[in-house]
Amino acid sequence: MASAREEILNRIRDARVPAAEPVVRGYHETGTGGVELFAERVADYRAVVHTVTDVPAALERLRGKRIVVPADVPPEWLVDGVTWLHEPLTIEELDGSDGVLTGCAVAIADTGTIVLDGGEAQGRRALTLLPDYHLCVVRADQIAASVPEALRRLEPTRPLTFISGPSATSDIELNRVEGVHGPRTLEVLVVQPQ
Amino acid sequence: MARNPVTWLGSPTFPKAAHTALADTQLRQNLRKATGTIRGRRAAAVGEMTDWEQLRVAGEQIKNDVLARLDTLLVQLEESVTARGGVVHWARDAEEANRIVLDLCREEGANEVVKVKSMATAEIGLNEALEAGGVHAIETDLAELIVQLGDDRPSHILVPAIHRNRSEIREIFQRRMGVEVSDEPADLAEAARVYLREKFLTTKVAISGANFAVADTGSIVVLESEGNGRMCLTLPDTLITVMGIEKLVPTWQDLEVFLQLLPRSSTAERMNPYTSVWTGVTEGDGPQRFHLVLIDNGRTATLEDSVGRQALRCIRCSACLNVCPVYERTGGQSYGSVYPGPIGAILTPQLVGDMHDPQAASLPYASSLCGACFEVCPVRIDIPSVLTHLRAEAVEAKGLTAESVAMAAAAWVFREASRYEKAQKAGSLARFLARDGRITSLPWPGSKWTSSRDVPAPPSESFRAWWRKNRG
Repeated sequence: MASAREEILNRIRDARVPAAEPVVRGYHETGTGGVELFAERVADYRAVVHTVTDVPAALERLRGKRIVVPADVPPEWLVDGVTWLHEPLTIEELDGSDGVLTGCAVAIADTGTIVLDGGEAQGRRALTLLPDYHLCVVRADQIAASVPEALRRLEPTRPLTFISGPSATSDIELNRVEGVHGPRTLEVLVVQPQ
Repeated sequence: MARNPVTWLGSPTFPKAAHTALADTQLRQNLRKATGTIRGRRAAAVGEMTDWEQLRVAGEQIKNDVLARLDTLLVQLEESVTARGGVVHWARDAEEANRIVLDLCREEGANEVVKVKSMATAEIGLNEALEAGGVHAIETDLAELIVQLGDDRPSHILVPAIHRNRSEIREIFQRRMGVEVSDEPADLAEAARVYLREKFLTTKVAISGANFAVADTGSIVVLESEGNGRMCLTLPDTLITVMGIEKLVPTWQDLEVFLQLLPRSSTAERMNPYTSVWTGVTEGDGPQRFHLVLIDNGRTATLEDSVGRQALRCIRCSACLNVCPVYERTGGQSYGSVYPGPIGAILTPQLVGDMHDPQAASLPYASSLCGACFEVCPVRIDIPSVLTHLRAEAVEAKGLTAESVAMAAAAWVFREASRYEKAQKAGSLARFLARDGRITSLPWPGSKWTSSRDVPAPPSESFRAWWRKNRG
């Protein structure tokens, strides 16, 4: 008896679907939005956005809190007055923290999205999932105007997380409610060059 | 072969189920409110895109290309996933898929698993199969949880509990979670957060579906809102993903089309809160064992139908449900399947693959053919054309067991006297086929009749023929 794999592949071949017409990408592959549009669209999803030039000064808001950071956090972010929680951390330690501070890989102006890829200043995925508060630092040069431009900047085989606002649901009468399982507060620092 | 669980055993035909649903005024009120809300929001989200039509055309073309090269792309996906440390399984039908997943759970020693909302696993009845095998599946999407705790059935692709309003949800949560909670949506969401938190942190096996799989990189994509998906895709040791063989896109670039089409069509957002992409296994981040189960379950049979196969372009956004006047009045459960609404009316009967099944055969009639579904479909599935195509098939299939086609043909024949005469001549010829004065097989269309009964042989000369010869 043929394996399921062979049988399915044979059935597909037997269906003899004719070749498709070439894909016409007539949509916009680039956009014009930048920092301003990104900040506006992130705020639309009830994330808190600040445009800053001095990151350490802006991190004053974390004073007195217990904040998770990725292993390769930029040293200048580790300001005084905050209890910094360094990896390795257990699930329970992440869950019991006050929040997490990370950078990002790419951001998208059109949709107000932040993309994490586990690269520089981001850490593994659980870090930005279990703490109830996520403060994300986005440099102006990391903002792509459109979805197509953002995907081009990403390496697909890395573990990617696209984040657009805090966790939400539309499951009760199709109304959007913020705050379910992921961080209930998303705060974004958009960093303009000095 | 076992029956396809894409339809629920014992469901009445659509007209009967709709008749019952129409009498439920609470249901109609809940649906009118919910679909009205989402229709307006979708129109706004789509309205701000100046290239929406170009995106729809590209979405249609990419998916057509997937269907044309499905064998090659599946093999490519298998190679990419395997190269990155994943294990790929193939399942011909629901039963085979369920057995694969159950065996994997047992290998992990799991008697409890957490689940991300997935149409594919609902289609194959995975939860019931796991339960029968001693593994309890916990639904973690809020609406799926409402359905599960309410011992209910889903009624919408995106929001399976769309038929429940806030006070009904409150009642279910209080009864099943044993907590006091108000009917404020934020409080209900908080109750779900608390209820599931420990499960997320301790369960070792997760099961998900997939919105897209990228053939050339082996990347799997899941779009969600609540973060329950991220929990399941990140925290457990083992991840099992079940997906239909048609959920592919050829390249990473193709995702740029669908990541724009799906959120705006589905939840009416510029982008859904969370999208996760993973490729095989990543050391030190997320599940260290990854299994991908590819299911056919009627899809290759659907692929054979040159008109009907376009249903396989579907990306499960549910926009067609939200605009359908029939769906808004009857609700999703009347369709007797996890796939309700216009897309369900064309997808379900094709996956069942048996137009002799009266319930499946009744679904293509669940439409007024108004065309609103086609207008909103992000991959331009011409649902009205497929509906009429399937109606013809249903009629033909019905004829094989009963006499409806023969009767329909009879009505056509009786309409004009000359046709009637020609038919009678054909009837006379039938005498040559008769043994012992009984006809056991007639050429088409008469075969539709004789397959279920014998016909008395007609007289050698009809009355009309006799009259014309002798009196005409």
